Amino acid sequence: MVARNKSTPIPIVNTMNREYRLIAFGVLAVVIIIALPQLGGTGLPRQLSDLFVFISIATMWNLLSGYAGMVSVGQQGWIGLGSYATIVIADDLGASLFVSVFLAGIFTALVSIPTSWVVFRLRAGYFAIGTWVVAEVFQLLVSSSTGWLGGGAGRSLASIRGFVRSTSPETFALTTYYVAAAIAVLSIIVVYSLMRSRVGLGLTAIRDSESGAASLGVNTTRLKLIAYVVAAGMTGIAGGIIAVMSINVRPDAAFSVQWTAFMIFITVIGGIGSIEGPIIGAVLFYFIRNQLSSYGEWSFIVLGVIAVVMMLVAPRGIWGLIQQRTHFEIFPIRRLMPRRLLMENTPSTGEAP
Amino acid sequence: MTMLLKVDKAVKEFGALRVCNEISFEIQAGEALGILGPNGAGKTTLLNLIAGDLPLTSGRILFNDQDVSGQPANKRCTMGIGRTSQIPRPFTGMTVYENVLLAAQYGRRKSEADSYHVCRDVLALTGLLPLWNTVAGNLRLLDRKRLELARALATQPSLLLLDEIAGGLTDHEVHDLLAILRQIRAQGVTIIWIEHIVHALVSVVDRIIAIDFGTLLIEGTPDEVIHSETFRQVYFGIDTDLEPVT
Ligand SMILES: Nc1ncnc2c1ncn2[C@@H]1O[C@H](COP(=O)(O)OP(=O)(O)O)[C@@H](O)[C@H]1O
Ligand SMILES: [Mg+2]
Repeated sequence: MVARNKSTPIPIVNTMNREYRLIAFGVLAVVIIIALPQLGGTGLPRQLSDLFVFISIATMWNLLSGYAGMVSVGQQGWIGLGSYATIVIADDLGASLFVSVFLAGIFTALVSIPTSWVVFRLRAGYFAIGTWVVAEVFQLLVSSSTGWLGGGAGRSLASIRGFVRSTSPETFALTTYYVAAAIAVLSIIVVYSLMRSRVGLGLTAIRDSESGAASLGVNTTRLKLIAYVVAAGMTGIAGGIIAVMSINVRPDAAFSVQWTAFMIFITVIGGIGSIEGPIIGAVLFYFIRNQLSSYGEWSFIVLGVIAVVMMLVAPRGIWGLIQQRTHFEIFPIRRLMPRRLLMENTPSTGEAP
Repeated sequence: MTMLLKVDKAVKEFGALRVCNEISFEIQAGEALGILGPNGAGKTTLLNLIAGDLPLTSGRILFNDQDVSGQPANKRCTMGIGRTSQIPRPFTGMTVYENVLLAAQYGRRKSEADSYHVCRDVLALTGLLPLWNTVAGNLRLLDRKRLELARALATQPSLLLLDEIAGGLTDHEVHDLLAILRQIRAQGVTIIWIEHIVHALVSVVDRIIAIDFGTLLIEGTPDEVIHSETFRQVYFGIDTDLEPVT
């Protein structure tokens, strides 16, 4: 078995510059985020806030389904809960508007712990259906509160009026834009940090073979819970900013399965199982959606067809195609052996007797 | 020598099917035990019971004098029970190095930096070092088997469970594998090895148990077992539908 050692050269990968490139891209992204609102009128920040929401929610769906292998169709549950939690925390409990958005994420993360006890009993397709049922239950509960939460007619985020009155509509739009951008950046940083840590290695292993991971010491339940709670919390924060961007929060819109359909479309188009994928997918979806806005219901059929064709032609999305050709990456997730270890002579334990 | 593992009246039933029937044996630290038996005898199931991949129906498993019967597989791994699987379970989306790194990081609770040398050593030992940056999903069967072994070793087990690790290998490859297993033994690792290739098994292990229909038939030195009447009957006897040993 060791014979091949002597003949085949050991591939050595250049590990340098990976982090520097990421930092350069990060600085560039921040510059673009700050510069963009200067270009257009008041409409542009509002539109771009949508883009950041798409990046955030797709990045979290990708963490759950692409990296950890837990395919969920119930992420809209966290968006809806996050929206309503923001209203309650800001309007009823009196917290400041944009702080409430982040507190809503803590709320959804906490709620996701008991729901995990239910959905984690289910496997694969049943897990997906289970997450959907949980989201439907949330919607029913919220709709049934006709007084407090406004029932099916919904409730508006009154604190917005206070914010606009004490500042200006422009300041409100710009603040919303920056908070939405911060949420998108935070989502990406969270997923990147997770994937670079031991947790990320474990989650990827669970996706590929859960029993194999357990045999090598991975506490599979705990890791899956981490991914599930993080995705619920961050998606809840996105739900919060969605509430800020909406005139009125209604249960049927806030808990609409459409949100998860968008997440899936964005991730599949951009490239599942990569951090770059959902970002590219969100930008594309942002433009496609604007093009299709006049087609009404038909736009969904077009989106569906694009997604299916993409899955057949390029299962790893646009980013997968780019990587295949150029081996370029922005977020270095792959672990590499340190160069010095490969250069060293084979140790005593590695020699055939 | 101290007792490392004690299997005490282990029973496993799948519905009405009893696959392990009150199997009891012990293994001392530093020993190598071989397990023989025809296909479907219940060998893999027994290994799964020891590693915690399956719960016992009844009986007990003691490891280092501790009852581990209720412990999940990942806990038993960190306690020092490493295993390879008869059907390799590689993490197909990860590279060879990442597969091994995961085993070192979780099996031994080590940081990435503290795992480098363990990973390099087990990759060198199993001959996978040139393939370290290959995605495991692209490996051929032989290399997948090597990866099973490399990953189990990266958890630095005190007890190593091997399930038909030599199955499907050429004579030359078996020869190389034996050299690796002797080195692992020399490092003080206790081994339980299920294998059909009797001459290979005999050259490594101190003791053999033979199993058929989930029941332990005979236990003894390789010589005693192979020349026993029971063993001959199981392998070459009246039951012609059983696969003979090559
Ligand atoms: N999960 C399972 N469910 C039902 N029957 C099983 C299961 N696993 C193994 N068996 C049965 O148990 C018997 C022993 O299997 P196994 O332990 O794999 O045998 P061996 O490794 O000795 O070839 C076989 O008859 C097999 O069909
Ligand atoms: Mg078997």
